Amino acid sequence: MDILSLFIIVPIITILVLVFTKNLKQARVVSMVGSSVQLLMAINLVFAYFKERAVNSSIMVFTKDIVWFEPFNIHYTIGVDGVSVALLLLTAIVVLAGVFISWKMCDLPKEFFISLIVLSIGVYGFFISLDLFTMFVFFEIAVIPMYLLIGIWGSGPKEYSAMKLTLMLMGASAILLVGILGIYFNSDADGGALTFNILEIAQVNIPIESQKLFFPLTFIGFAVIGALFPFHTWSPDGHASAPTAVSMLHAGVLMKLGGYGVFRVAMYLLPLGAIDWSWVFIILSVIGVVYGAFSAIKQTDLKYINAYSSVSHLGLVLFALLMLNKTAWNGAILQSLSHGFMTALFFALIGMIYGRTHTRDIGKLGGLLKVIPFISVIYVIAGLASLGLPGFSGFVAEMNIFVGAFQEDNMFMRVATILSVSVIVITAVYILRVVGIMLMGPIKKEAYLKLEKVTWYERFGILLLLIPIVGIGVAPLWLSDMILESLDPFIKGLL
Amino acid sequence: MNIDYIILIPIIPFVVFLLLGVFHKRIKPAVSGYIGVFGLLASTILSFYAVYQYFFVYGKVNEIYQTFSEKSVWMNFTETLHIDMGILIDPISVMMLVVVSVVSLMVHIYSRGYMKGDEGYTKFFAFLGLFTFSMYGLVLATNLFQIYIFWELVGVSSYLLIGYYYTKTSAIAAAKKAFIVTRFADFGFLIGIMIIGYYTGTFDFETLNNPEGSAILNWAATSFMGLSVITWALILIFIGGAGKSAMFPFHIWLPDAMEGPTPVSALIHAATMVVAGVFLVARLFPMFYFVEDGFALNIVAYVGAFSALFAAIIAITQTDIKRVLAFSTMSQLGYMILALGVSGYEAHEGVGYMASMFHLFTHAMFKALLFLGAGSVIHAVHSNYLKDMGGLRKYMPVTNITFLIAALAIAGVPPFAGFWSKDEILVAAFEHNKLIYCVALFVAGLTAFYMFRLYFGIFWGKDTAYMHKPKESPLSMTFPLIILALLSIVGGFIPFSEFVTADKSGFQAHLNYPLAAIAITVGIIGVALAWVFYKKENGLSDIYAKAFGPLYKWAIDKFYFDEIYLFITKKVLFKRVSAPIAKFDKKVVDGTMEGIGNKTVVFSNKIKGMQSGKVQDYGFAFVAGVVVIALVFIYLWTN
Repeated sequence: MDILSLFIIVPIITILVLVFTKNLKQARVVSMVGSSVQLLMAINLVFAYFKERAVNSSIMVFTKDIVWFEPFNIHYTIGVDGVSVALLLLTAIVVLAGVFISWKMCDLPKEFFISLIVLSIGVYGFFISLDLFTMFVFFEIAVIPMYLLIGIWGSGPKEYSAMKLTLMLMGASAILLVGILGIYFNSDADGGALTFNILEIAQVNIPIESQKLFFPLTFIGFAVIGALFPFHTWSPDGHASAPTAVSMLHAGVLMKLGGYGVFRVAMYLLPLGAIDWSWVFIILSVIGVVYGAFSAIKQTDLKYINAYSSVSHLGLVLFALLMLNKTAWNGAILQSLSHGFMTALFFALIGMIYGRTHTRDIGKLGGLLKVIPFISVIYVIAGLASLGLPGFSGFVAEMNIFVGAFQEDNMFMRVATILSVSVIVITAVYILRVVGIMLMGPIKKEAYLKLEKVTWYERFGILLLLIPIVGIGVAPLWLSDMILESLDPFIKGLL
Repeated sequence: MNIDYIILIPIIPFVVFLLLGVFHKRIKPAVSGYIGVFGLLASTILSFYAVYQYFFVYGKVNEIYQTFSEKSVWMNFTETLHIDMGILIDPISVMMLVVVSVVSLMVHIYSRGYMKGDEGYTKFFAFLGLFTFSMYGLVLATNLFQIYIFWELVGVSSYLLIGYYYTKTSAIAAAKKAFIVTRFADFGFLIGIMIIGYYTGTFDFETLNNPEGSAILNWAATSFMGLSVITWALILIFIGGAGKSAMFPFHIWLPDAMEGPTPVSALIHAATMVVAGVFLVARLFPMFYFVEDGFALNIVAYVGAFSALFAAIIAITQTDIKRVLAFSTMSQLGYMILALGVSGYEAHEGVGYMASMFHLFTHAMFKALLFLGAGSVIHAVHSNYLKDMGGLRKYMPVTNITFLIAALAIAGVPPFAGFWSKDEILVAAFEHNKLIYCVALFVAGLTAFYMFRLYFGIFWGKDTAYMHKPKESPLSMTFPLIILALLSIVGGFIPFSEFVTADKSGFQAHLNYPLAAIAITVGIIGVALAWVFYKKENGLSDIYAKAFGPLYKWAIDKFYFDEIYLFITKKVLFKRVSAPIAKFDKKVVDGTMEGIGNKTVVFSNKIKGMQSGKVQDYGFAFVAGVVVIALVFIYLWTN
């Protein structure tokens, strides 16, 4: 079995074993083992990738191609470059951390873990696919379990939120499908056969009219899950109702599919369309960046704050992808990773705080630093990482984005860039506000004095996420160079 | 010159930070204090070794101090732009190593006494370690991005230490304010860095500062709104510096920052972090001086002069002794900044630059001493307010004498350190800009006045009814006071002009007797006035306060800048921008999406009647359909 397909096979085996588990204890151990194996494979993949890259200079390595549906020329084509390797590692880490955080999931544990792992299959598959159709299928596999996970294990108005999230994402998928089919039916423009293969389509000169027509469809189709303004409203409600691990996975990994899809499909296959349309989406993404940050200031529910903060941070990803240079793109991918770890960490911490105090309203919390110091200190660290403090991954990503965006020498881009740089101030405002109200200050309630201390599995989940945040922040060179090297072929069409 | 060992200077406090931070529960407080002190002692010894090596052995080649650097790539942006991490050794960075080491070591020793019994004792030393590491990193930075990185890290250390008493609402607010105001200034700094990076193709100080380098020679290549883009960048970078150095109008965070423990105020908010802005301008001095004939430098000069005056006026009226010192710090920082602003470049022309660095050095010593002295007083009487003090000279002799020395030094009385450095600043101002000279001279008089108002208010006059009889502080606290007092006496005799100059070649500075005489007279007048007003309680001060009327009231309320900022943030940004956006998101953006969903349901309700399940209906529809299709075909066929 090749090194990449294992990323699909192992979770499937995990699920098959999960089916036979009888209780929470067995289910969580099986999931933990399965996810750990997955993480080890992801780490191994990084090393294998470096080794392979040294001798192999093709766009994608570890490629494999199996015909899946002959009449439409659909293949199971897989392969990775530096970008997907990094994102696979992110996924593996977040999934394992999610399993640890759900250690005490009492309701229907078996079904919960199965859904969680099905979701992860979709994500893994999406990141390794090189065939548009296969990619789309995995995309749907990732989105659909969301409905169940929120609808069954959620809290608050969970049916409403689940429905809203699923419908909006499905709507986006429909638009995306039109875009993908549009690309497919233009893939014979140079006289070849119709194909879904991304690398092959990239060699074709798709007529500019079609590019202009299909770029916005493809872009929006992906960007909705990347929380593009004004299609982001599913995210705050969805996160607020979702159980902790699902929020983690969703914000940490699933929302990254949007940026990745834009990068791998929309920008790569429809470069002329991208150039033509970029100004519209730059405006939308800058609005998202600033608007998300400003909305976060006025929220009182921890999950809403984090959801709006995600709108702002992921707005930067889309913004950076629309800048036509490698530095900004590198920043976009780094920001995806960094935001993935950070926001998963945030949701994990919020889950722990909620689990203990039974409220997410910051007005009702206070003085937590005194009673649950470990969780609170990590929350402060995550906050500092989120506001782009050097030494954490957020800084590395943001600086790449800003410096990259500044390379575009015209007034429109400059104004857009300066507007988006301003979030370093607004982010500081809402992060420090939460820290000041919730963690510092006097203890608000007697009951808080008896809060349960952090448990070993919670510590484990936290550390899993914290290590890469600090690791990328302190020594970014290997990762940033690995990504940077992979960007050349993708940006060529845009220059 | 071998500079490898210098990397240890920042590393040691960082290791101390990690050690104390990670194991803060397991390390006993007594031990953690020693770990902090000895770690910093090691760094201090290395710093002095570096000074000796640099200034007296290897640094000077052909009468010019050389620059040494060692760096490696930390992250690549493009083929040419990258962030390096490394160390840069030149006169100002070596000088700063001494300043940071000495003050930080003294504060570490002092804190062992001051923080005794505090439950966060170990945490406190961990934060001090983090701060000291970041500050070393800042002064040793080789490029703009590296300095920005450590700039943010000192900012966050300052945040953590101001908010050290984290259950106190005022401390939380102050910490937040300090961070956000400086962050706002850093927004400018960052954009300035990006402009420099884009138009000059490098972040590296050695390349940027080379007077024959392309960055300086080609400053006129691109312009924006009548000024060179490089000038814009320098102005933006100076905004960053003004934020950290609490220059007008970014000064509002500094007085509030006094919420932190007093040793922190001495270390961060008096001697080291707040001079980062001065250091930044000095670091980029060749650019400031040569680009567009020093346009940006002029702005620097006026901002500095205005802040010096503004803060000195406020300092006269404050009653919280730490706030008096905070405004005094702001005023003295303004002094340093204006000195840079009026400086030239070559040899004696560069006296302003030299004087600024000289004043930075002496000020660090005597201001740290003032704060630590104030801390000693606060420790004894448990209050920050002048009204709770008086007559303390009988109870606290060491604090009294050392505080007096520091007050004399800052007032510019010879032969104390402040006199020498301040005199050089006045010389530089006199030679370049008479207006600024007058302002500076006036500020010197005000400084002497408010400082002795403070001194007499604390140590002379009647005893207040003390709950407990005030005691002299323990040796761990008085020892640093004595050391710093000694430095405040001898510091002025260091021939700075031979070591630290703008063009890196030493020159002979002479005392300008007429100017010195004027300065001394002004200082003495200030002290004498304070003597008349405050040595004994006589109501004179109230009478004069009344005479000034509204001006006095404005000064007490700091000219309402806090209120203006609060209005802009709370009333405008939060209420008129943030809240409407949050509402807009709920009602309009989300509302539209909801609307689409609801309309779909409504529409489907309307058309669902067609699926009635009655065979007659379907039969009718079928026949009708056939008829319509038949008609269409007939129509098409006949035409």
